[in-house]
Amino acid sequence: MTMNVDVAVIGGGPAGLAAALECRKNGIENILIIERDKQLGGILNQCIHPGFGLHVFGEELTGPEYAQRYINMLAETDIKTLTDTMVLSLSPDKVIRAVNSELGIVEISAKAVILSMGCRERTRGMLRISGTRPSGIYTAGTAQRLVNIEGYMPGKNVVILGSGDIGLIMARRMTLEGAKVKGVYEIMPKSGGLRRNIVQCLDDFGIPLHLSKTAVEIHGRERVEGITVASVDENLAPIAGTEEYIECDTVLLSVGLIPENEVSRSAGIEIDPKTRGPVNNGNFSTSVPGVFACGNVLKVYDLVDNVTKDSVLAGKAAADYIKNN
Amino acid sequence: MEIKTYDFAVVGAGVSGAWTAYELSKYTAKTCLLEKENDVAMGATKANSAIIHAGYDPVPGSLMAKLNVRGNALVRELHEKMDIPFRQIGSYVIALNDEGEEKIKELYERGIKNGVEGLKLLSKEETLAEEPNLSDDVRGALLAPTAGVCSAFEMSCAPAEVAENNGVDLIRNFAVSKVSDDGDYKLVEAADGRVVRARVVINAAGVHADEVAKLFGDDSFKIIPRRGEYSILDNNCGGLVKHVIFQPPVKFGKGILVSPTVDGNILVGPTADNIDDKDDKITTGAGQKVAFDGARKSVPTVSERDVITSFSGIRPIGGKEDFILGFSDADKSLFNVSGIESPGLTAGPAVGEYVVEQLIKNGYALEKKADFDGNRKVFRFNELSDEEKNEYIKKNPLYGRIICRCETVTEGEIVDAVRRGAGARDMDGVKRRVRAGMGRCQGGFCGPKVMEIISRELNIPMSEVTKFGGGSWMVEKD
Ligand SMILES: Cc1cc2nc3c(=O)[nH]c(=O)nc-3n(C[C@H](O)[C@H](O)[C@H](O)COP(=O)(O)OP(=O)(O)OC[C@H]3O[C@@H](n4cnc5c(N)ncnc54)[C@H](O)[C@@H]3O)c2cc1C
Ligand SMILES: Cc1cc2nc3c(=O)[nH]c(=O)nc-3n(C[C@H](O)[C@H](O)[C@H](O)COP(=O)(O)OP(=O)(O)OC[C@H]3O[C@@H](n4cnc5c(N)ncnc54)[C@H](O)[C@@H]3O)c2cc1C
Repeated sequence: MTMNVDVAVIGGGPAGLAAALECRKNGIENILIIERDKQLGGILNQCIHPGFGLHVFGEELTGPEYAQRYINMLAETDIKTLTDTMVLSLSPDKVIRAVNSELGIVEISAKAVILSMGCRERTRGMLRISGTRPSGIYTAGTAQRLVNIEGYMPGKNVVILGSGDIGLIMARRMTLEGAKVKGVYEIMPKSGGLRRNIVQCLDDFGIPLHLSKTAVEIHGRERVEGITVASVDENLAPIAGTEEYIECDTVLLSVGLIPENEVSRSAGIEIDPKTRGPVNNGNFSTSVPGVFACGNVLKVYDLVDNVTKDSVLAGKAAADYIKNN
Repeated sequence: MEIKTYDFAVVGAGVSGAWTAYELSKYTAKTCLLEKENDVAMGATKANSAIIHAGYDPVPGSLMAKLNVRGNALVRELHEKMDIPFRQIGSYVIALNDEGEEKIKELYERGIKNGVEGLKLLSKEETLAEEPNLSDDVRGALLAPTAGVCSAFEMSCAPAEVAENNGVDLIRNFAVSKVSDDGDYKLVEAADGRVVRARVVINAAGVHADEVAKLFGDDSFKIIPRRGEYSILDNNCGGLVKHVIFQPPVKFGKGILVSPTVDGNILVGPTADNIDDKDDKITTGAGQKVAFDGARKSVPTVSERDVITSFSGIRPIGGKEDFILGFSDADKSLFNVSGIESPGLTAGPAVGEYVVEQLIKNGYALEKKADFDGNRKVFRFNELSDEEKNEYIKKNPLYGRIICRCETVTEGEIVDAVRRGAGARDMDGVKRRVRAGMGRCQGGFCGPKVMEIISRELNIPMSEVTKFGGGSWMVEKD
């Protein structure tokens, strides 16, 4: 099947939703959002804690509530959506290939494309932690999905590596669900997480945050049985003799996010080695004319409110591009 | 409990055991394949360099030399029919100094004696023209065009599947731990008490083969485990080298190599460390450093930055400098297929052939099955044309649902992987069969979905879904 649209938005998280709505506001008629999940809303759907929307709406919302505001606004427009649909690739002349169960392979030609595929989490392989390969090692976001969406507990005795916000939030979440979180270990001398998350998710629950410490080895043949951590020197190298063994059955990794680049790469879009997302050529345009990027796919944001603000600008830029070309 | 009776019980579903079971499934004799883990290829076959060696390395006249060259030919002949991913990319042994130059000439001579086809010594210029990313120190190389890279896992999964489809019973989680005799048969008992009866036990238990042999009173060999560590680099490094790049072999193995994998990533490794514990498959910071420092001598731009995952494998070193293949002197109902060290992956198909030849030679009258079907086809959505994709999706909408975004794997393929012969029973089993969870995000995104599919297909609760059997549970009971 083939389709023609003015603007195609890849990814229906907060970035894609805000950008699509802004295009509509600027008079673009034929807009399509393609989302691989069954629902719109992106990563917000699994962020059931409050703390979203203080800047944009002036009130504190949960992730799903924040997303719902945009999904409601969308419902009042004629913006089309294709959910449960995975974008496989994008060509430099802006033809999107996607697939779903109903339509099979779909080719969508667009005058402008907005990339808003979000990000992925860094994994153990990228950290190169030594040791065995047991079950029980999850990224914090995967654990968040298991607990908040699927309703399963990854384990009971938890060590968290890295003090990114998702890890901090999961420390609290796992504790509330009855797990023992033994501590959060951060390699840097200071946490990358928001101050309020350290207070509300760790301090309030008596969970210790250990700075300048890293994991050196994972133990356990079948399931994780423990982890060895050590202090690091100023070059972040483990200091011999400072090793400490901690018994646990679960390790959560919260060690950073990387923009989702699969689709961007397929179009030959230039990637910025610093942000690890597409190079921003000003006004959220990428190195391929007519292709824009916003939200976590462009660079990793701490706050969804800022994602929304920037994505509105990206939507405006895409609308202007269509008007001028 | 009813005890099943077999003519042949093959112990161990690694490459050696799987190909032996495959060869036996061509005959009417009844065979079972006993594996202590929850899946095939959980031993040395799971984690190695996955190189189909040409055969210039083993000592001329040895079984290793003969079965290597024959195995290489069989892989080239059978890989399409059995759908084993294999690319005949050829290998280079590069010389970086005087000693290396001597060594590659020696290997060339050996190769000729072993009957390896197409060997050629290349000059520095010829080598660098083909492989511009090699170190400028390179003096020349030995080219072996029959070498290639394969999926090590499929090298044992494919024959196990064909064997099962042709009547062999694959019995999982069956750790052979006791053997007795009832006059006619051997009673082979698992750690959990299950028993099978068999006329001949074929011992292909890898690093544990000496322990299995001991159960028969055979203590003629001892397996020493030697660990090798590897890293896999992101597929955006895929073009770094086109051939398998070896350095000349050293005392403890074939040295550090840099090679494309069959899937287009780059493999760096292995190290070689003798260890005490046969199942100690850890990776170490020190090992990774050795691997990369070694690799940079061949290809200076190889970088730790591009690592997507690392792993280690255990070589079963038999100490006899050749494969240990034949009836045991201690007990004539035991046939050892042991000490299968490198090039054991390559030799696998030839080892299977050899075992059956020996059985026949020793008076076991085997009768060919009329209806043996050696074909196997794995459906890979990614490789179809658009029209074919649409047709499949219409027939089964699950082929239109992408579960693994990194490797573009559909729900339909995951369901197939569970349902087919010698199919997947756990997360790693799915990952190894269809690559779901193998890509950049290492299962972060598809993991929960794969867990649900396994739970649904096997009709077990989520808390019983494991990473690789045993105690490797994924989530708590509710
Ligand atoms: C696990 C996690 C927890 C977070 N928690 C908080 C928090 O508590 N507070 C806060 O303020 N911020 C939080 N953030 C920060 C986050 O940056 C923003 O809140 C926001 O969700 C980012 O929006 P986005 O639209 O760029 O990405 P996403 O919300 O990730 O949306 C991207 C969408 O694109 C879709 N997609 C991706 N690839 C394809 C494809 N090929 N085809 C079709 N669709 C595709 C995805 O399914 C997804 O729906 C969190 C981020 C993560 C990753
Ligand atoms: C680091 C490394 C690199 C290598 N590279 C190459 C290469 O590039 N090319 C090549 O040709 N070869 C290579 N090899 C050699 C090759 O991997 C091995 O020779 C081959 O895999 C051995 O297969 P196997 O079936 O004999 O043993 P395994 O694969 O170890 O199989 C033995 C099986 O027996 C099972 N088992 C053990 N005990 C019991 C029991 N009591 N009851 C039931 N089951 C039991 C185990 O679970 C296992 O599944 C390499 C090896 C290593 C370690």
